[in-house]
Amino acid sequence: MAIVEPRTTERAPEPQRHWLVEWLTTTDHKRIGILYLGNSFAFFFVAGLFALLMRTELAAPGRQLVTTNGYNQLFTLHGTLMIFLFILPVLVGFGNYLIPLQIGALDMAFPRINALSFWLLPVGGLTILSGLLARGGAAAAGWTSYAPVSEQGGAGQDLWIVGLVVVGTASILSGVNFIVTILRLRAPGMTMTRLPVFVWSMLATSLLMVLATPVLTAGLLMLFADRRLGAFFFNPTHGGDVLLWQHVFWFFGHPEVYMLILGAWGVVSEILPVFSGRPLFGYPGVILAFVLITALSFSVWAHHMFVTGQVEYPFFSATTELISIPTGVLFFNWLATLWRGRLRFEPPMLFALGFIALFLIGGVDGVWMASPSMDFAIHDTYWVVAHIHYVLFGGTVFGVMAASYYWFPKITGRLLSRKLGQWHFWLMFLGFNLTFFPMHELGLRGMPRRVADYLPDAGWSFLNQLATAGSFLIAVSLLVFLVNVVLTLRRPPDAPPDPWEGNTLEWATTSPPPVHNFDRLPEVRSNRPVRDGREQEVAR
Amino acid sequence: MNTVELTRDERAVRQTSGPVLGMVIFVASEAMFFATFFGAYFTIYSVNPVWPPAGFPRLEPGLATVLTVVLVASSVTLQVGVRAIRRDRTRAMLVWLGLTILLGAGFLGLQLYDYSLLGFGVRDGIFGSLFYVMTGLHMAHVFGGVVFLVLVLAQGLGGQLTHAHHDSMEAGSIYWHFVDLVWICLFITFYVVGLS
Repeated sequence: MAIVEPRTTERAPEPQRHWLVEWLTTTDHKRIGILYLGNSFAFFFVAGLFALLMRTELAAPGRQLVTTNGYNQLFTLHGTLMIFLFILPVLVGFGNYLIPLQIGALDMAFPRINALSFWLLPVGGLTILSGLLARGGAAAAGWTSYAPVSEQGGAGQDLWIVGLVVVGTASILSGVNFIVTILRLRAPGMTMTRLPVFVWSMLATSLLMVLATPVLTAGLLMLFADRRLGAFFFNPTHGGDVLLWQHVFWFFGHPEVYMLILGAWGVVSEILPVFSGRPLFGYPGVILAFVLITALSFSVWAHHMFVTGQVEYPFFSATTELISIPTGVLFFNWLATLWRGRLRFEPPMLFALGFIALFLIGGVDGVWMASPSMDFAIHDTYWVVAHIHYVLFGGTVFGVMAASYYWFPKITGRLLSRKLGQWHFWLMFLGFNLTFFPMHELGLRGMPRRVADYLPDAGWSFLNQLATAGSFLIAVSLLVFLVNVVLTLRRPPDAPPDPWEGNTLEWATTSPPPVHNFDRLPEVRSNRPVRDGREQEVAR
Repeated sequence: MNTVELTRDERAVRQTSGPVLGMVIFVASEAMFFATFFGAYFTIYSVNPVWPPAGFPRLEPGLATVLTVVLVASSVTLQVGVRAIRRDRTRAMLVWLGLTILLGAGFLGLQLYDYSLLGFGVRDGIFGSLFYVMTGLHMAHVFGGVVFLVLVLAQGLGGQLTHAHHDSMEAGSIYWHFVDLVWICLFITFYVVGLS
């Protein structure tokens, strides 16, 4: 007697090929999504290891572990890999897996371009990392690689440039793919005003990827021409302009930070309604906020350059304050969604709530720095390090963890352990605040970022010890996550199609979904089609 | 949302072609790419008191005008080809497409010849850097466009293009017109504005 699961019978007609060939040549958006997630988390662990090395170096005054140049390489690689090879690709990975499911499509608009844009990522990432093998080591000019520092340095810097051009190309291609998919492949009834919030957030992200990434590519090519062809773009001795790099970089760089956060906002806006049993408060307001932020993100870049004294302070200060208004609107939407809801504190919800608390702190930090006079005091200090981590770690990474716990059963057919998830959350929440909250104070006390050493009598030792202890707590929490994933994957799949009572279409198919995504597509009459279906069942 | 709005929404979705929409978005991305270089050009132009800087000749627009005529003509021939395939006149399309490819290749050859006549290089100062990097990247785009159009030609010769199914031709033409437009901007920037 054999028990045949419906899933396996559906897969049967495919020609039998080695599983490795299947994965290397796949154009299925779900498999590519999984490849994206696996690749991103691999780079997350590498870049996290670099962070631990830095924190160990900073645990006490004096140099313990690395040379100053080694330290420069560590923070350059940490920032570059986290931003370009983890945070953006992990969001794009969830987008790859979920957007076709959430809009009721069979696949992405261009499946082969989709595969290409994935495979460019490990190539670009490894190119950047291969700088470690070059003479003089990897790139050491920081993730922002300001000229003229980035005009110097060895082959590591060139590999950094080439790697980023490759990664940028991947990002432009996936942006094009997402936009066409979302505009053209929606199921009947799935109008733009019924699009899940996560899909909207990825549409905004894609627009930024398409319009801002080429600006970085152009800047990188100028830098490469300066370094290898003998051009003078950033060299004032022959008529170039050294500030030009900062303008070009941040004209890309500020939309970039919104690429890194919009997807997480989308995730949280999906999860909060599900676990509070309420509709998202003010769906049109959330969408409008996304759109306004996307548009405004192109007008704020020079707030990174206040201390150059070469920018228009009132304009860039005002636009920066302005962009905090739609961001503030999002907070009210989230809080109003929770208001009088029946909250279920499952791991995805814990991370989503943690996101709200931590991103709020990061956001308020940002409003402070929008004031030029304030910025003069804290520019290039640990305050900035605190801010960026509250936004990108407390914000996006907590959002990514929420997404991981939320969609893990859909992707693998298995629910992650609730208990280990709670441990993961509390350890990470505690470790995160222990690491990064003291950095505000360190910044106010004048500790500069990007230094490998500090004096024993500077008064920074204790806070640095706290931060180092916290960083190891974060590492422990991530080990708990890893153990949870490994243990769960060893169990047989048992997740129902809709374990959380979700709203969106991905919960209307099996966990994991069949190759063709849906056996039967439910009717879409609102932006919560699966919930509508449940209510009809109850009514009958 | 009522039925009328619903139908309108769905019709809009089905009536656009994926490759054409994809190409329009990709071209928007390319526009930002070149806009960055023009931004760099005019930033550097504004910080230099003398332009072109000392040691650089004023560029003669003679050969560049020929280049402009060649590239604009290639846009026209390509568009005539697009109109032909829309009316299912495949043979006419192949002829116009072939002519476009020849004009594109001619542009590349002529520009390389033009480079050989110029008395300065990329290392001779910021003007040389801007000129060669900007026109060079444009040339790379023309080259890419020629490759794209050759692939479309191969499709056409293989009988794969019909009036109902010729997205590659439509997408290729959008890209080609864009590359043409970038050249016109480069021509005005380097040859016309530089004249005064």
